[in-house]
Amino acid sequence: SSYKYKFRLEKVPAKKLRLTKPSKSAALHVDLCKASSPTDALQYLLQFARKPVEADSVEGVVRILLEHYYKETDSSVRLKIASLLGLLSKTQGFTPDCIVDDVINTLNSERSHQVLAQLLDTLLVIGTQVPESLNMRHRLIDVACKHLTDTYFGVRNKCLQLFGCLGSVDKPLPRESEGGGTGMAAKDVQSIISDYFGDQDPRVRTAAIKAMLQLHERGMKLQQIIYNQACKLLSDDYEQVRSAAVQMVWVLSQLYPESIVPIPSSNEKIRLVDDSFGKICHMVSDGSWVVRVQAAKLLGSMQQVSPHFLEQTLDKKLMSDLRRKRTAHERAKELYSSGEFSSGRKWADDAPKEKVDTTAVNLIDSGACGAFVHGLEDEMYEVRIAAVEALCALAQSSPSFAEKCLDFLVDMFNDEIEEVRLQSIHVLRQISTHITLREDQLDTVLAVLEDSSRDIREALHELLCYTNVSTKECIQLALLELLKNLTKYPTDRNSVWKCLKFLGSRHPTLVLPIVPELLSTHPYFDTPEPDMDDPAYIAVLVLVFNAAKSCPTMTALFSDHTFRHYAYLRDSLSHLVPPLRLPGRKLTSAPEASGLASSVESAQNFLKESLTRVCSVQQLDAPGAQSLLEFTIRDLQRLGELQTELAGTADFCATYLHCQLLLMKALQDKLWSVAVPLYLKQNAMVSGAAAQVLEETYKLEFLYSGLESRQIASIHHVRLQAKALQLVLLARTRRGVEPLLSACEKFLHEVDAFQRLFVTELPHFQDSFVDKLLDIMPRLAGSKPADLVKILQTTLRHSCFPQLKLPEQIRRATAAIIEPTGESDNPLRFTSGLVVALDVDATLEHVQDPQTTVKVQVLYPDGQSHVIQPKPADFRKPGPGRHRLITQVYLSHSAWTEPCQIDVKLLLAYSSSTSRSLGPRSAWNESTEGPTPLESTIEGTIPLSKPVKVFIMPKPARR
Amino acid sequence: MPEIKVTPLGAGQDVGRSCILVSIGGKNIMLDCGMHMGYNDDRRFPDFSYITQNGRLTEFLDCVIISHFHLDHCGALPYMSEMVGYDGPIYMTHPTKAICPILLEDFRKITVDKKGETNFFTSQMIKDCMKKVVPLNLHQTVQVDDELEIKAYYAGHVLGAAMVQIKVGSESVVYTGDYNMTPDRHLGAAWIDKCRPDILISESTYATTIRDSKRCRERDFLKKVHETVERGGKVLIPVFALGRAQELCILLETFWERMNLKAPIYFSTGLTEKANHYYKLFITWTNQKIRKTFVQRNMFEFKHIKAFDRSYADNPGPMVVFATPGMLHAGQSLQIFKKWAGNEKNMVIMPGYCVQGTVGHKLLSGQKKLEMEGRTTLEVKLQVEYMSFSAHADAKGIMQLIRMAEPRNVMLVHGEAKKMEFLKDKIEQEFTGISCFMPANGETTTIPTNPSVPVDISLNLLKREAAFGGPLPDPKKPRTMHGTLIMKDSSLRLVSPEQALKELDLNEHQLRFTCRVQLQDPYSDTDTLSRVYNHLKSVLKGYTVQHLPDGTVMVESIVLKVSSSAEDPNTKVVLLSWSYQVTPGCTIQGSQLPH
Repeated sequence: SSYKYKFRLEKVPAKKLRLTKPSKSAALHVDLCKASSPTDALQYLLQFARKPVEADSVEGVVRILLEHYYKETDSSVRLKIASLLGLLSKTQGFTPDCIVDDVINTLNSERSHQVLAQLLDTLLVIGTQVPESLNMRHRLIDVACKHLTDTYFGVRNKCLQLFGCLGSVDKPLPRESEGGGTGMAAKDVQSIISDYFGDQDPRVRTAAIKAMLQLHERGMKLQQIIYNQACKLLSDDYEQVRSAAVQMVWVLSQLYPESIVPIPSSNEKIRLVDDSFGKICHMVSDGSWVVRVQAAKLLGSMQQVSPHFLEQTLDKKLMSDLRRKRTAHERAKELYSSGEFSSGRKWADDAPKEKVDTTAVNLIDSGACGAFVHGLEDEMYEVRIAAVEALCALAQSSPSFAEKCLDFLVDMFNDEIEEVRLQSIHVLRQISTHITLREDQLDTVLAVLEDSSRDIREALHELLCYTNVSTKECIQLALLELLKNLTKYPTDRNSVWKCLKFLGSRHPTLVLPIVPELLSTHPYFDTPEPDMDDPAYIAVLVLVFNAAKSCPTMTALFSDHTFRHYAYLRDSLSHLVPPLRLPGRKLTSAPEASGLASSVESAQNFLKESLTRVCSVQQLDAPGAQSLLEFTIRDLQRLGELQTELAGTADFCATYLHCQLLLMKALQDKLWSVAVPLYLKQNAMVSGAAAQVLEETYKLEFLYSGLESRQIASIHHVRLQAKALQLVLLARTRRGVEPLLSACEKFLHEVDAFQRLFVTELPHFQDSFVDKLLDIMPRLAGSKPADLVKILQTTLRHSCFPQLKLPEQIRRATAAIIEPTGESDNPLRFTSGLVVALDVDATLEHVQDPQTTVKVQVLYPDGQSHVIQPKPADFRKPGPGRHRLITQVYLSHSAWTEPCQIDVKLLLAYSSSTSRSLGPRSAWNESTEGPTPLESTIEGTIPLSKPVKVFIMPKPARR
Repeated sequence: MPEIKVTPLGAGQDVGRSCILVSIGGKNIMLDCGMHMGYNDDRRFPDFSYITQNGRLTEFLDCVIISHFHLDHCGALPYMSEMVGYDGPIYMTHPTKAICPILLEDFRKITVDKKGETNFFTSQMIKDCMKKVVPLNLHQTVQVDDELEIKAYYAGHVLGAAMVQIKVGSESVVYTGDYNMTPDRHLGAAWIDKCRPDILISESTYATTIRDSKRCRERDFLKKVHETVERGGKVLIPVFALGRAQELCILLETFWERMNLKAPIYFSTGLTEKANHYYKLFITWTNQKIRKTFVQRNMFEFKHIKAFDRSYADNPGPMVVFATPGMLHAGQSLQIFKKWAGNEKNMVIMPGYCVQGTVGHKLLSGQKKLEMEGRTTLEVKLQVEYMSFSAHADAKGIMQLIRMAEPRNVMLVHGEAKKMEFLKDKIEQEFTGISCFMPANGETTTIPTNPSVPVDISLNLLKREAAFGGPLPDPKKPRTMHGTLIMKDSSLRLVSPEQALKELDLNEHQLRFTCRVQLQDPYSDTDTLSRVYNHLKSVLKGYTVQHLPDGTVMVESIVLKVSSSAEDPNTKVVLLSWSYQVTPGCTIQGSQLPH
């Protein structure tokens, strides 16, 4: 083993030898010399470009290319060489400053404009590769200055690009060296670039603006004088120029928001940010949709704009036949305030009223007027979405604007594209803290509850959770519509209940007056007891109970059965029904309203204390240590249940300690001193423990998010211990040296890998298992397997485990399958051999990147299992840290005689790049569909949700 | 002075009978050839005798362009081409070409079969007329002849509606037809590039209106239909066969789909079914949503909308029925209305304006009792709603189009004079430098143009001149250059003088100016010359002054010669000769020679 190991280490320098062979350049040279025509040469170059070149031989290759370049008469070959130079200078590990001179030299003698442009491009590549060399930057800028007056647009483009990427950010260019004495000698980069804003070629104009933006991105403060030029470019003939100009105006508005600029053709002056806001608003009705999208997007980030201008964006003076007309929004508001809402519309109630003063009507207004009205009505949905998002951003910073844009957002609920509808619902939710919905607005919002798209409905439920309403009629209306929703789409049950929970707890005082009506109680008569299983009745109760939580007088209105139902629901749907202070009864749960924060704090303290206590475990004798660990684990588990904020952390600790406990148990057994054959049973116990620890470590590593490098190191440390244990067991049970030899080698590799991965964490592992191993590593590498095993055994038993340091917050990935519920008694019947689609609906919490990691497993009664990877589009993200999986799983099987249950559950797949584990493979890999894992990575799965049973019945096909 | 002449034969300060004559660069074009809905006599069609008193129109017109299939834009076409006589090309877009004959045939049937008119065009004439049609694609430049080219832009409004740009050399005219700047459920918004025409001829139906957002109207419409259907009532929507009907169908269809509604929607058969077929075909002419989703499902293949049968009207339960005609004055819509009018659960939605005297108009003005033929009265209990879905650009839209196209002049047609007046003022006030016209029918507007004349320049000359004064021609500064302009046939070329001489087979003549100066100098001729030479040499530093062996002195290109005058040997005559290009600053100051 040791020999083999050393041999591997020595292989590294050998590799270098091979690299220094100038094979590549030599071959190229020969090829190029052989080429009889430009076409041939081009072919060779193309072939050459396909293969990578090592860093060491780049310079040689460049020399050969340059040599050929000077000889070449065909410009297309020179062009290709020039582009190859650029490509080569990007090679990793190659510093291109040695070829700058050559490239600049070639520039001077080059006649073809295209090649010139390509050479400048090469210089650009080189320049960006070596950004810290000031000297080189100045030289390149000089070159750019010289070629800036070229007649070919491509050359000018590249020069401007060079300016943008390499132009000195700090001070004007030092130009004393240049003897040419052109007019630009004293100018700084910005004014050089801005001279090209008026270039005759639109591509050059675009490049100039982009170069300026590039300078801005690199941290140079753009001068305000270019504002006027930028504004002029907004009316350019070419969309690319306009698009870049919009960005430029926006950048300047962010840099000089408070400067004052004059309004042309009048004596007034306004703030620059207002002026530019108006101008960008104007671009929302541009001819090109690309520009419109850009303008609409940028509007969202102009929050310094004056409220007066902002509110104009939603303004559109209506007019009919020169008479002033009110918008439908205004009419709705008026009808509502006059108490006439829902009277239905009369003919001609939108008839125009007063005559408009013709001189006062401004048809193309200066800027902002109606920008969003246009944007939201745009033909392209990209523009509409951008406008909706911009509205959201602006409304979040201005409550009064939020109030105003409400009507427009509600209108967007009726858009023809679902994406837009969904987005507007989300936006309304985001700004809903600022607003209170009027009854007529709520009515429009609620109409969407009938939408057949589940996403839309759920987004709307989410919105209703955050909505404030003003009257008790609104509550009634909302409840009515939600119940209607419930009957039309029974699958929305959970979502509707949750929605009512928030609605109730937000508006207790509005619910109070309608409680008797809701519960259909009567002052004198007993009403029949409603059906407890009716989802609609549960929905009403959820609303009432949540309102009652902060309205103690409400319970007086309950009838007897309501109290009974409360007790039942509090138990079965505890997440929807809050604890209530009922008359004559004690609270069902500890008071949580008071001192919630302090209880979290105390729990945190408790957690810390437990961990320090556990730390002292080394000092105790074995049985004492074990029982201490057991107690602590139990405490932590209970703590996790009580304190949801700390559930992840507590769970994590408990699992970690459980691993320690298992290891401790496995190691303290007396079997180690006794001959092997006598203790087969013990052996099995230990190997079982080792396997379990391994499994738990994968859970620890991949199931929890928020871990830092230190915790990961601890987990890997435990895993290493488990592996060591397995190795020891292997040595004791197996005969023969071969398997042991390779196992030992693998183990040493892993130790080595641990050291490499966690160099920074090693100081925290004083006196631990790995620390001790690393101390004697050189000796280990040389020793025989039997000795190694012996060393491992003693080290395992005599090392203490490192203290677990906790990060801020650990969250455990969880998943729950909502659909199928597993309650159905009707089997899903289908013809065997064909497929049947099973709808699966699940919520995932704190799962990172679920699109790649979450899978659905189907386990058939005969032990067959299938793992299905859901489509990425099946995952939705309703909120931070939460995901929703709504997918269809295809089932198929050969015929059964009786309906049987299958298990459906979610798995979390992981893969790490550490070496292959000896541990048990999970069910997934045993299944027929599991891909064979790569040699160096372990892939496995962790069950993520509880399995749900589904009744299915594949019937034989009828002939 | 070149000019463009525009004469509206119809649609001048009026709606209907669109027909506009344009003369541009020696070409005559007729834009649209429509009929007037309001007349049943000769005034129905444009007055083609304006073009020629007798004889065919073919020799007077280079082409006819039809913007879209509405009858007020194409109704007179068979009359013009077959009865008056025109054999030249007629341009229209593919959808217009497909749908236009259906409407013309329908129009013919009503006029001839129902009203019994004679002397009207026949079915065969419609067919013959359509044979003369050349289809256009969007943004395709069609060369009518060597000089005249036309190009179609998307106009919204109805399926296949187009705006056309007509161009002769650098002069151009844009005619908008009817257009819509806001997209609707089935069509996109009109679009044009910055083509800077000499004149933009725009419709102005809604010159004095600024409309509310389309969404409110849609939502109102849907809400009403939905509520009625939920109550179990029946909804009648009288429509015209084409255009708005399809938009409303799409609106209801998608709403039914979204809301999972089950009540049936019917469409009265006939024209509409045929037209729907074409809507299905011309997907590229519809809006973004329909264009992008038609692969999965063609939006015009309605799932919920079925053909109507007379007997369905008596079926129980809720339903929605689209029926023609739109003003409830006759036909199926009126029949259904009579059946449903008595029930207050039902509803009728009028989606457009109604002409005075029709049942529709009476309903909208709030009459609750209608007198029917046969002295019966009909009590109206059902709800009457009005919903405006119009596909014309409003005042803001018109301004937006002007801003997009940047024309030099604007002409308003297809609108009422009073409203045009307002818009004309606004245009002239808000766009500086744009003048606006609104001619009445038969009134000719003449617009002087300033066409640029292209001249070919020889490459050598250009390069020589470019090398002369700086690296790049600055587009903002004019520069003078020397060359010869050759006008031959119809081409203009700018070449170098040498080449011009060669081409014209002429000898080169040099022009020199001479001048005699008399000096009083006693010395001999040669001495005087050398004295002059020395003097010049000392005075004109920085210039080359040469004393040549043939007895002349050269100062740059100026030659000096000295000879004695015949009368007085002391009086020396100095002969100065220079070519017409004198280097500035080289004038010799009349200085005295030192004695």
